[in-house]
Amino acid sequence: MFVAGIDIGSRAAKAVVMEDGQVVSHAIIDTGAESAKTADKVLREAIRPVGLSLEDIEYTVGTGYGRCLIPFANDNISEISCHAKGVNWCMPSVRTILDMGGQDCKAIRCDAMGRVVSFVMNDKCAGGTGRFLEVIADILRVPLEGIGELSLESKEPIPFNTICAVFAKSEALTLQKRGVAKSDILAGLHEAIATRAYNLLRRVSPEPEFTISGGIAKNAGMVAKVKAKLKLEPVFWDEPQIMGALGAAVFAAERSALAASA
Amino acid sequence: MLANYGYTDGSGDYFLTIDTDQCDGCARCITACGENVLEMAKDDYGKLVAKVRDQVAPKLSYVCLGIERGCSRREKSCQTECELNAITLTW
Repeated sequence: MFVAGIDIGSRAAKAVVMEDGQVVSHAIIDTGAESAKTADKVLREAIRPVGLSLEDIEYTVGTGYGRCLIPFANDNISEISCHAKGVNWCMPSVRTILDMGGQDCKAIRCDAMGRVVSFVMNDKCAGGTGRFLEVIADILRVPLEGIGELSLESKEPIPFNTICAVFAKSEALTLQKRGVAKSDILAGLHEAIATRAYNLLRRVSPEPEFTISGGIAKNAGMVAKVKAKLKLEPVFWDEPQIMGALGAAVFAAERSALAASA
Repeated sequence: MLANYGYTDGSGDYFLTIDTDQCDGCARCITACGENVLEMAKDDYGKLVAKVRDQVAPKLSYVCLGIERGCSRREKSCQTECELNAITLTW
């Protein structure tokens, strides 16, 4: 029996398909203007390589920013619970999760069952989010995928006083015009974002083991900075960006089993 | 579960924390709040608990007066009404 989890994030949409407790396939696409269409598209992308049709999916759980706008989902569950669930499924020893997404950042502590013990979410402003890094990469004309690595090459990180996306953008531009190395600018910005993530993590009293999820988890520079601040070695699974969708799929499997037995 | 709503900004920490394991869903905090900060909603595990409204969370310090700075002078607040001590504020 196949079940699916769909995570409509602010920047990327993720889908995970599972069968009998195993991940069958997954897909990640950019979030379009309409959540309903994006949800349909990302699920089709996920099922195509394994030769399934939409009718084969028995139960679907939606999560993320656009979770209430998925017409074909049987249920929707908050991304906080889904992240804890997903992380617990693939890395059961993890107790602390830092989710660094497109437009928000969350710190979650969970128990051995994958239930949320404490969480805090920053969705007040764009500073320190994936979108912020996209803007900076664009200004410095560095591919987004390369900014983390480049920041690690810095010898003298430039301290940034602000990570307000608007102010940091102009500060980065000024520095660049002055001839400061891109790696130093990036290292400073990564440092500032990591500090903010660390402050968020402190609120949930982090415990080992620790993982980072979301798109920014693929940024080696950020991972290194957060690790240095928190003094905890993060553990990772194959694809950190799909944790929310994975958790939604695990919830889907549980709920469809519950519905079948009722 | 400790649900932390709010943020840290240039002027300080503004967090309203609801211990949903303690909360019994009596809803007295909601009627006590003059600023309409809270609402009752089912959490992901199906329990009816108090939460900060989604629209309020990103601007919490501008809507909620805080206990020390504002509500301690009032007769009632979410905190005084909660017999289970499920609500804490940092300001």
